[in-house]
Amino acid sequence: MSGRQIMSADELRRATVRISHEIVEKQAGTSGLLLVGIQRRGVPLAHRIAAAIAEHESAQIPVGALDITFYRDDLSLVAQQPVVKGTSLPFDINGMTVVLVDDVLYTGRTIRAALDALMDFGRPSVVRLAVLVDRGHRELPIRADHVGKNVPTSREETVRVHLAEVDGEDSVEIERMADLPGGAPAA
Amino acid sequence: MSPSRPPGSPASPEDEGVGIPVVVPSVDAAPHSQPVAWRHRHLLDVDILSADETELVMRTTDAMREVLGRPIAKVPALRGTNVTILFYEASTRTRVSFEVAAKNLSADVVNIATATSSVVKGESFLDTLRTIEALGAGMLVLRHSHSGAAQLAAEHFGGSVLNGGDGWHAHPTQALLDLYTMRRRLPGGTVAGRKVVILGDALHSRVARSNIWSLTAAGADLWVCGPATLVRGLEAWAGSGVGPASRRFTVTSDVNAALRDADVVMALRLQQERMSGGLLPSLREYSARFGLTRERLALARPGALVMHPGPINEGVEIAPDVAEGIQSVITEQVANGVAVRMALLYLLAGVRGPR
Repeated sequence: MSGRQIMSADELRRATVRISHEIVEKQAGTSGLLLVGIQRRGVPLAHRIAAAIAEHESAQIPVGALDITFYRDDLSLVAQQPVVKGTSLPFDINGMTVVLVDDVLYTGRTIRAALDALMDFGRPSVVRLAVLVDRGHRELPIRADHVGKNVPTSREETVRVHLAEVDGEDSVEIERMADLPGGAPAA
Repeated sequence: MSPSRPPGSPASPEDEGVGIPVVVPSVDAAPHSQPVAWRHRHLLDVDILSADETELVMRTTDAMREVLGRPIAKVPALRGTNVTILFYEASTRTRVSFEVAAKNLSADVVNIATATSSVVKGESFLDTLRTIEALGAGMLVLRHSHSGAAQLAAEHFGGSVLNGGDGWHAHPTQALLDLYTMRRRLPGGTVAGRKVVILGDALHSRVARSNIWSLTAAGADLWVCGPATLVRGLEAWAGSGVGPASRRFTVTSDVNAALRDADVVMALRLQQERMSGGLLPSLREYSARFGLTRERLALARPGALVMHPGPINEGVEIAPDVAEGIQSVITEQVANGVAVRMALLYLLAGVRGPR
């Protein structure tokens, strides 16, 4: 059932740690920093990045979870309503640097929805984007500030990020959609 | 007419016995971790909902409560969807609750008060439906005094129909907001095994009927208590059981037995318009024998929840100090009602008709 592995557990860990360093470097410190994971796998990734920053900077960065379901631009197109997993932003985002975290950056539509959702909670001074995998094929003028791995893909392929917190193991795989039993695109 | 009685449990007016023995409640609604996909285009009553689907409604309601707590309590999920609210019966909280829910989802809301519509010129129900559909309605929230009106609407309307109450039959959103409120407040977050009492005029109550279905499905030890004239016919349903699994509940006129050790007491509005039918000797006698007073509430467990679907006849079915007391979750029911209706509008909007 599994496709071709493009990131091992170790590579995934190193990429996460590197992103955590980049975030702190770009912010020139950790003050005013918030991490917001996009449901579903962006949330554990955000927690991992926060844990890495806690380790090398001895600073606790607050982590929130953002569910973008209600902001999707394809709600009138999909056959069934996606299951909502919940939003939790237990902090004030006004004037803060918010780093959005997601697993795969693809068309950019999820990020567009996340930006809309975020703005309903306030006015951050800066919003940045960190993703584990950038697979290209953008349909909107959106780019990531921090990327774990750039992966050239075709539209017929699906990138699957597996995280221990959700899937029991860490790895990133790529597979052709035809091989998937009714598989939906990951991002 | 006995519109809502499920097949296989015919009314038996001669069966006037009360106090059907307690049967161990069926627990066919264990919590499920993985909610299923929603497949219903209409919600006419709660009897169509599987345990998984009820769970999905509850979880989606959690998400809607979070939305309601935001600085801007509005999401664009139903942008471009026309929700028409057509109420043939008087209502404040249900109609406004649906309107607020639809607006929080960014739907376009059209309100039709039948008293000022062409209904008074004699336009038929189906003509009204065809007209509002032609005017672009995608979802219809309907309240009607005739049982089965929502079913008829669902057969003719091209979009989704959400039943906001039809006759004596069903009031699914009320039952779901009641269930949601109980689950949030009861220790353990479940009504399974809890003693829940529906007190009052159950006979004329669509709220009671939908609640009987959903609460027995959720595994509650359900008691329905009221004067014999106002619980008539329900014994037969209790005796045959609810649904294919024959889930049991207890019908009684013994208010002390019903309230003893109850975890939840839900008082129903006494529909005073029924008084003329000779079903009750007087309001005062009803209140003295069945009103939820502080003394009666003391029979229930400490901290038992006090609920009421509203509107309240203060001092009739419930004493003012109980309705406003610390055990009362009546205003919470109203607040949860908006979240539940947002969840249902959202879920139903995802299932399109055959057009």
